[in-house]
Amino acid sequence: MESSCSKTRNPFTGAEANAVAVRVDHVCKEYDGTEVLTDVTFDVKPGEIFVLMGPSGSGKSVLLRHIAGLELPTSGTITVDGKDPSLEATRDAVRIALVFQEGALFNSLSVYDNLALYPREHRSGDEKSIDQKVMHALKILSVEDAARKFPSELSGGMKKRVSIARALVMEPQLLLYDEPTSELDPVMSATISEIIATLKHEYSVSSLVVTHDRALALTISNRVGILMDGKLVTLGTSSDLTKSKDPRIDDFLNPKIDIEHPRFKKLETKEAT
Amino acid sequence: MKQVTRILEGVGSVVQLLLRSASYTGTLPRQWSRFIEQCYLIGYTTLPIVAILSFFIGTVLALEAGYAMQDFGAKEFIGSLVGLSMARELGPMMTAVLLAGRVGSAITAELASMKVYQEIDALTTMNISAAKILVLPRLAAVLVMMPVLIVISNIVGWFGGSVVARYVSYVGISPEAYFAALRHFTKFKDVMNGMEKAEVFGFVVVLVCCDIGLNTKGGPREIGAAVTRGVVVSLILILVLDYFVTKILL
Repeated sequence: MESSCSKTRNPFTGAEANAVAVRVDHVCKEYDGTEVLTDVTFDVKPGEIFVLMGPSGSGKSVLLRHIAGLELPTSGTITVDGKDPSLEATRDAVRIALVFQEGALFNSLSVYDNLALYPREHRSGDEKSIDQKVMHALKILSVEDAARKFPSELSGGMKKRVSIARALVMEPQLLLYDEPTSELDPVMSATISEIIATLKHEYSVSSLVVTHDRALALTISNRVGILMDGKLVTLGTSSDLTKSKDPRIDDFLNPKIDIEHPRFKKLETKEAT
Repeated sequence: MKQVTRILEGVGSVVQLLLRSASYTGTLPRQWSRFIEQCYLIGYTTLPIVAILSFFIGTVLALEAGYAMQDFGAKEFIGSLVGLSMARELGPMMTAVLLAGRVGSAITAELASMKVYQEIDALTTMNISAAKILVLPRLAAVLVMMPVLIVISNIVGWFGGSVVARYVSYVGISPEAYFAALRHFTKFKDVMNGMEKAEVFGFVVVLVCCDIGLNTKGGPREIGAAVTRGVVVSLILILVLDYFVTKILL
């Protein structure tokens, strides 16, 4: 178990700050009477990479939005560094960065201005130091050539990298990734995985990654949780997971394509019986 | 009952947005470039259509007034009718209607698409208030640009009336007589009342459109629905407010 006083290192100044812990405690969420999260409990330790996997529609992204403070749970509590992430005061005290699935870059701003927005609005330094931060972040993600481009001119992979660079400029204590490798080719997926691992190792940022990407989850995570139908069905290290005897987990991690007995026919048979 | 609840929710949401934006007023000097950009979008780009519309409103007013007044031998009062109508009512209202159609729809579409494509969520996670950087500069810009648009609308409308007064045969009064009547009956207070109305209309249009844009939920289809809602609500509010503001100002 990692120490609770793990430190993050500022990628720009090298200064240390406390890496933060996330605690998700018996969280339930309902939309119009439909439960999408059911009694979810886990924690993310300071400085670790926690990967949350699960089939589409299992509630992973919803949970991530709750941890980012964008939504409130119907019941249960979520704390980041012991504080409620939905409060403005918490976001003032703890820097939580979210890398959105589609990037969520500001289309009216250039890549450079997308990255400079946070330090400018929070007055963290003069224009010269902001410029250094922005260019450094772009360089770390190897997208410095795109600085003057607009988001609409970028490929999917570049958008993801710019989005991570924008998160990095915030000097985050907690980095949340929503499907960082979706819609990317295998090489670009591997690159993004390497970037996430490097950010963790170099700067000890606590990271929570929501993904379908088995390779990413099993390679770079400290721990993995699997969410199915809004419930956390398993939690452990990647080796725990690969050794799991649970047929649902085995089917999710190693899906077999069975042309003789396809899944959709199985469903029809179930309904008929 | 559900409709009433929705209206009350909408009013509450608009008031909240107004208060949140107002709380950032001190940041306006640092948002100079955003303010200038919005002044350009709200003022400069709306100006040509306001001028064209005002010119033809002035001409139609003069035509109608000339037609109605020729039987009474009161054609020399056409200037006063065009002057007062433009300054007190038609200038502010038609400019606000144009603002709702042109600027209001653009604001709603932009903010709704930012909401749908999670740019607003990104701002929230960055602890940057949308009220501060997206709403406040627009509200400040509309307050500055509406009087400018109204002055131009009035001048162009009055000029339009004078063209008809001079060149349409059954009206046929000189520009001197037209403008003399206009000056005599249209006081500075009338022009100021019109500007006050326009300020209220413009402010409400921008505030309501920002609120509807920021509260858009769903996919791209909802952006179009939000734009329609923004424009319709703005137009209704302009007409309803027109009565009450006129009543107060009279």
